[in-house]
Formats: sequence, C-alpha cells, structure tokens
Amino acid sequence: MNNLFDSPLNVVNIGLKSFHETLTKAGVSSVQVDWKPPVEIDHTLKDKIDNYKGEINKANQQALERVLNSKPSLVGMDIAKNVIPGMQDNLILHSGPPITWEKMCGPMRGGVMAALIYEGMASDEQTAIALAASGKIKFAPCHHHSTVGPMAGIVSASMPVFIIENEEYKNRAYCTMNEGLGKVLRYGAYGADVIKKLKWMESDLYPALKRAIAKLKKIDLKNIIAQALHMGDEVHNRNRAGTSLLYRQLAPAIVQTTDNSSVVAEVLSFINGNDHFFLNLSMPACKASLDAARGVKNSSLVTVMSRNGTEFGIQLSATGDEWFTAEAPVPDALFFPGYSKEDANPDIGDSSITETNGLGGFAIAASPAIVQFVGGTTSDAINYTLAMYEISIAENNMYQIPYLNFRGTPTGIDVIKVVEKNVLPFIDTGVAHKKPGIGQVGAGVLSAPMDPFKKAYTGFADKL
Amino acid sequence: MAIKAIIKTGKYYDSVALMIMAQKINRLHESLNSAVVMATTENKSILKNAGLYLDEFEKTTDADLIIVAEASDQQIIKKAMDKADELLCAFDKSSNDSVDFLPKSLEGAIEQMPQANLALISVAGKYATSEAKKALANGLNVMLFSDNVSLEDEIELKKIGAKKGLLVMGPDCGTAIINGVPLAFANVVNRGNIGVVAASGTGLQSVTTLISNNGGGISQAVGTGGRDIKEQVGGTTFLQALAMLKSDPNTEVILLVSKPPHPSVLDKIGALVKTIDKKVVALFLGASSEQVESLGMIAADTLEEAAYLALEHCGKFSEAALCDFKANKLAEFEGLQQTVIQLSRQLKPQQKYLRALFSGGTYSYEAQLLASSYLPDLYSAAPVEGVNKLKDVHRSEKHTIIDLGEDEFTAGRPHPMIDFSLRNQRIIQEAQDPSVAVILLDLVLGHGANLSPLDELVPTIEKAQDLCKQQSRLLPIICSVTGTDNDPQIKAQVVTALTKLQVVVAPSNAKALKLALSVLKGGK
Repeated sequence: MNNLFDSPLNVVNIGLKSFHETLTKAGVSSVQVDWKPPVEIDHTLKDKIDNYKGEINKANQQALERVLNSKPSLVGMDIAKNVIPGMQDNLILHSGPPITWEKMCGPMRGGVMAALIYEGMASDEQTAIALAASGKIKFAPCHHHSTVGPMAGIVSASMPVFIIENEEYKNRAYCTMNEGLGKVLRYGAYGADVIKKLKWMESDLYPALKRAIAKLKKIDLKNIIAQALHMGDEVHNRNRAGTSLLYRQLAPAIVQTTDNSSVVAEVLSFINGNDHFFLNLSMPACKASLDAARGVKNSSLVTVMSRNGTEFGIQLSATGDEWFTAEAPVPDALFFPGYSKEDANPDIGDSSITETNGLGGFAIAASPAIVQFVGGTTSDAINYTLAMYEISIAENNMYQIPYLNFRGTPTGIDVIKVVEKNVLPFIDTGVAHKKPGIGQVGAGVLSAPMDPFKKAYTGFADKL
Repeated sequence: MAIKAIIKTGKYYDSVALMIMAQKINRLHESLNSAVVMATTENKSILKNAGLYLDEFEKTTDADLIIVAEASDQQIIKKAMDKADELLCAFDKSSNDSVDFLPKSLEGAIEQMPQANLALISVAGKYATSEAKKALANGLNVMLFSDNVSLEDEIELKKIGAKKGLLVMGPDCGTAIINGVPLAFANVVNRGNIGVVAASGTGLQSVTTLISNNGGGISQAVGTGGRDIKEQVGGTTFLQALAMLKSDPNTEVILLVSKPPHPSVLDKIGALVKTIDKKVVALFLGASSEQVESLGMIAADTLEEAAYLALEHCGKFSEAALCDFKANKLAEFEGLQQTVIQLSRQLKPQQKYLRALFSGGTYSYEAQLLASSYLPDLYSAAPVEGVNKLKDVHRSEKHTIIDLGEDEFTAGRPHPMIDFSLRNQRIIQEAQDPSVAVILLDLVLGHGANLSPLDELVPTIEKAQDLCKQQSRLLPIICSVTGTDNDPQIKAQVVTALTKLQVVVAPSNAKALKLALSVLKGGK
C-alpha cells in the first residue's frame, strides 16, 4: 500500500520554479531540477539500451574498476621511435581523431611544419608545407599509438617522450615534454626560436631528466595528482602544484646525475618556470588509466574525448577504436590582450583526456584559483563539478575535492547519461590562434558538443 | 506596422516565465503585439496564427528562444526589445543567485534527496511522460501538472503507477493537497478529517476552501486529472486514491468530485464504496441523485452542497450547531438576495441578459447545469446538454456562460487565473452591451493564481461601471471568491475591496448563479 499519506512530503519539482518556491516557503522539503528538454533520440535505441540496463551497469562497473585500480607511474624516457608502438620516421602523430593535411586547422599545420623542420626533413615554411602535402608524410592520431599530446599534439620520430606505465595492468602511455607558454609548437608556432628550444630540450633537458628518472626508478603520478588536487590544481588548466611536487622529487636526482652545473641550473629553472610542465604527465597518466578500460563488452564508458582543431571525437569502451566525431566548437575564453574570439581556433588537443578521467573541468571545484574561467565565483566552479557527477559512473577512490568534504572526483563518463540527461562534459582548455605560427591567445572552458555523444549512443546501441 | 525578431540560442526558459514576460512587454504600448517563446513546432504555429511569424524562424529548433514584436513604429519595438532583454537578464540573475546546486535530472535530485516521495512535473506535455516514467521507476508518486499528454500515455503511466502502488495525479492536474501541503494551484486550508478525490481542479479548490472556511478541514485532497474517470483510463487514480483514503486513519468522511464518470467507472467506484466504513459524499456534476445514492453514496448537486454535506457528516457539528449554521447561511443569502433585488429594480427594460465569465472550468460547467432549465437562450463555448453553442467564442449571444480557461482562449498565454487581461477585455466588452443585465464572475485565489488580483480587477470593474454610468445604466456584478484568509492574497481583503465597488460577493458559485438569476427575474 502506498504510504504517501503517512510520511512527510518530499518533493522533486521538475518544471515551474514557482511551485518549488511555494513549497520551500511553506517549509516543505523540495528539490528543483534544473531541467532542459532532452536530446532527441530514436526511441527504439533507447528501448534497446533500457532492456540491457543490467548488463550495461555491470560492464560499466567493471570498466570503471579498471580505471580506478590503475596505477600510472613515470618509469623513464626515450626517443619516440624507440618506444612508441608503430612509430616511424615519416609518421607524425597529432591530437584528436584522424585527419588529413587538407583538413587540418592552422595551428595543427603549424605544428606539423615545426616537426618537419625539427626533424631536418624541411628547411623552412614552404618546403615543410610542400612535404606535408606531398603524401610522403603519414599522419595518425596520438591515441592510435598509446600517446597523447596537448593542443596540436604533434609527435615526430626523434622527439623525446615520457614513458608512463600502468603498474596494475602493465599498459604504457607516452607524451612529449611540455615546452612552456608563448610561441610553442603545440600551439602551432614554428619559428626559429621554437625549433631552437625544442633542440635544447632534446640535447640538455631530456638526458638530464632521463638520468634523474632512472635514478629514482619511478615517480608515482597518481600520488602527485591526488596531492595536487588538494593544493588547488585540477591538473588541466592549472598544474602549478603538480609541477612543484614533481620538481621536489626530480631536483635532487638531477643534481646527483648531471655533472654540468650550468645545465643543472638551466634544467631546474626551465621546469620551475613552466607551471604546465606537469600537464604532459597528468595527461598520459589519465591515458594509461583509461586505456586499461578499453574493450569491455557492453560498457558505455567514454575512454577518449579528444579534438584535432577541426573535429571533436570520442571513443567508448565497448566500441573500441571506433571514433564518433562532429565539428569542434570554439571555446568561450579569456583572451590575451589584443586577441578575441575572432582569432580563436576551434577546440584542439588531447588534453581533454583529463576530463575523461574525471579531472580538469570535472574537478574544477578543487581549483578555486582558476574560477575566472568559469564565471568568477567558487560557487560557479562547484556547480560545474556537481553537474558532472550526473554523467559519471562513480566517484574516484583516490582523487578528491577538499571543498566537497573530500568527495571523490566524478569519474568515468557514461555516454548514456550524457545523452539522456542532456548534460555535456565540461572541459577546461587553452585556445590557439587559428593561424599557424602565432601560438596561444587565451584560455577558457567549453562544453563538449552533443553530436559525437549522440552518434556514440547510436553506435553503442547497435553493438549491444 | 513594423515587426522585428531576435533569436537566442542555447537557453531554455519555462513557458510560464516567458508568457509572463510577454505580458509585461505588451503592456508597454497599446499597439504592441509581442511573443517570447521557445521555438517549438507548436509555438511556431501559434506565432503564425498571431501574424507574428517571420521566415527567419524556419531554421530554429526547440532549443532556440524567439522574441518577436510588432508595433506601430520602430521606437516602440525597440522599447519592447530592450524590455525583453531586461526581463531575461533579471530572470537569469534570479536563477543564478542561488549558490545552491540545482541537479540537472530527476536522478540527480533523488541523489540529493533520497527520501523523495513525490515528483511534481510541469514541463511541456511532450516531455512530461518520460519524466513521469522515470519518477515512477524510482518509486515516486507523480503529480502531473502538464497538459497535452496523450490519452495513451496517461493510460500507460497509470498502469505502471497502479502496478507499483504509486499515485499518478494528472495529467492536467492543477491542484492537490497532500499531507496538508498545497501543491501547484492550491489554497491554504485547515487540516481536518475530510478526504477529497477530485477529477476537477476548480472543484477541488472550491470544496476544500468551503470546508475550511466553514469550520472543517482537509486530511488529503487528491486530484486525478479530468480524463481519469473516462472509460479508457478506467478511474485508475480515482480508485487508488479512494482506497488510500479508506485506510487513512485521519480521514473520517470522503468527498468525491467530478463530472459524471463513465458507467463502468462509476460501477467500480460504487463497488469500492461498499467496502468503505466511512461516509462518502459524491458530487458527480449532472448525474442523477438516485443513481449515486443507489451506490451507497450521499449525493450532492452543487459544489457548495457537497462541501456542506461533507461538513455535516464529519462529526464536527452538533445537531444544534448545524441548525444554527444552516440558519446563518440562510440569513446571509437572504441579505444578498435583497441586495440584488434592489439592484434589479433599477435596470432598464432592455437589460435582459446574463454574461458569466469564468476562469474556473468547473464553475462554468456547474453554472450551465444550474441555469439551463431557467434560461432557454443560454449559450456557451463548451455547452452542456441543452445549452447552445456560441458561433464565435469571442462574441456573447443572449445569455452566455464561458470559461476563459478553454483552449480557444489560452493558446500562447497563461491561464486566466494568472493573467486577467483577456477576461478584463471581455468584461469591458460586455459592459458596452446595453442588453446585459448582470455580469457573473469567479475569482480564484491561492498559490499559483495571480498574487495581486485586485490590481488587475478593480480598475476594470471601475471602468465597466463608468461606461454604464455614462449611458445611465446600472451594471450589477456578482462574483464568487474561492480562497481562504491564509492564502497569499487573503480572501477577506479581496472580498472587502470588491464589496466596496458594489460587487455582490457570493459565498459560492451556485449562490452566485442563483443571485444572478434573481437579477434577471427581478428585472422583468
């Protein structure tokens, strides 16, 4: 028998706000839903998914457990072609879903040109463009090679990379070293000073770091990320704490393993001077964790969200390597003086792997220092994180948000929840100039576009 | 005329908020005709009908907001657009002011409030069913305020609800009082031992306020939605609620209010009533008393009588008190009757007709039932048996009774209990007609209804009276007021203000109609 008449009324109000206000004034407990019309989806798909709810939930728990159990550690460094699976001299990796040279956006083209010049395969802008367009150079997403790269995400054969091992499942992920801000390759700059810095990173920074990591044997990245969240990072747009924590571990080992004191000084001040140095470790740490959850039958967990500056693409656990893509949106951002949204390239980079792993925009409540990106108040940031719990499978067991009473970060995006609730993943991001060669023009946030999720929802239902 | 539109993408506003905005914008200037709507197919067709449709709306989708204004010159349109911006900003701000996190979904809300036991759903009809299904799946009772939910959906939802032992009140359920809490459009009434099940929103408000104002109280008042008692729905919610009241220890008398249920439903109600060891008073508006009584119920003919019969059987009145009560009511009514007879004597010979302009659907229905045998020349937009259908709902003929809450009047605007503008226009229209003898109104107070009814109604009545005065006519106005002194509008204040304007305030709709008939008779 219905016991509504015997129990205090507790109302969920969906629709007219005045009803909620009246109830609240009368002292009745009521929760207002911030309702939006749902995404239009084919009902046969929804029915099919509903029928499989039990299996899907089980598969998602299994996939998520693998993400949570993952233990990403930095275990070494090497040259890309020595370690990245399938890496070749004429292959250039890029961020996001697959794309041809013709369709690449400005900053990605700039990054490719920088890489060709860096590799000595082209001498200048013109020869680089000709070579890139010639068909002699192959392009592939970083994600196809266990790799991630911020912004243009360009990786070429002789670039040094970090090696991250997931100690629990033994899979590895790779990422280049972060070059710092300003005119840098990842934002599509390819001038002489860009190449010069890359060469110094190869000749001085890389060997020093490689020796130091070898001495330390490994650096536990999961631990650094967990601590960084307690110190105000969300490890995507803010990596100051993570970089500092990394620096504390590296510094003694660098001093012990590099004889030339001026190199030691240069290396240490380079890391110290680049608040985003840790980004290129938080990203592959997330990549290594999420790759462990690939290929779980019936799991609607999102394993990749990534953009190439032209398209935004996602992958799901159950659908493996299949990409679901749509046009990439232009971020809302705070622009550097002299630039505006007019100059901004559509969203670009693999760095949304952090959000895919429940960090970045999903953990923005942990990062009050960067709330300017989300409206300016801490409550804005908190509300963004709270909304992300609605589309996540679970709360993280290791990564926590101090302000939310150390609640675990919302982890494991469920494509079904995204589509059925019409709540989109929230992503922190840097903004590149749409022309090659200029670099970063701002930073900000954006919601992922719905279309890739709708397509993935369909692809997922078809595979059930 | 000039016309201009702005389209905004990616923001969602509920339709009532938007309609109130449009109402405020239209008040800026007489020539102004504006709309602020989400660009749904339905809304676009409303814009087409209103002559406010522009080609640029072709590519808009449900998620776009259209602001369109037509006026005699650009200057006014600019003002309208500025006002729209201002109102939207104010609305956004009030939404963002709360630091509290608002969950994005029903599931999110339940996570925040695991003890939730009722979902109050008022989103547009085409989305309401899926929200209601989610609520039922999560073990919540449902009050479905939304209209435009298909009969098939209603049947399906009620089947799910019945299977799970959960109530599905509605669709199109405007009012309920659960555990003393007024929901949606409801009045603040005393708690007591009378339980109500009603397939009529105005009916529920009417009987609960009459009971509360006359010393009784309400244990529970369940709205079912008007279609519940039809054959296809089978009275599912009505019967569930009746069974719940049967076993509710705080309910001693049960009061049922609806239009006549389908015979198959009535049989089921009768069968259930036979198992109930409590007095059951039933008002099935227009049904025969013998039939109702044969099923073991106490039959009432009007909303007022239903309320008084429930009061009479609730054990709160001693027999002596009951006699006094009835005598007082009689004296009160006789006083009013004297007043209207006085008024009727001052009417001109050509003032012959009744014009009843209701905002409550059940009041219109009840008034037609009561008047039809006396007034052969009675017309209505939604006529009951024996009443003629108006050719044009916007033009009264002879005796006319209309409900301004009918779809013909409400398309694209808020319900007349909230937005008085259409009825105000109609009052003025009737006042200009020299053949009108009396105007009959209802005024429904309570949560959800217009919070400042006097601000809107008083100037209109004054204007109507002035118009008649200029033509040396008297215009009697009779009005029933549904509400309590605990309602946000405070009934006593409203009654005092209306009485000051020489409006005859009747204690119920049935009495108001009787008084109106007295005016007609006395005037002859």
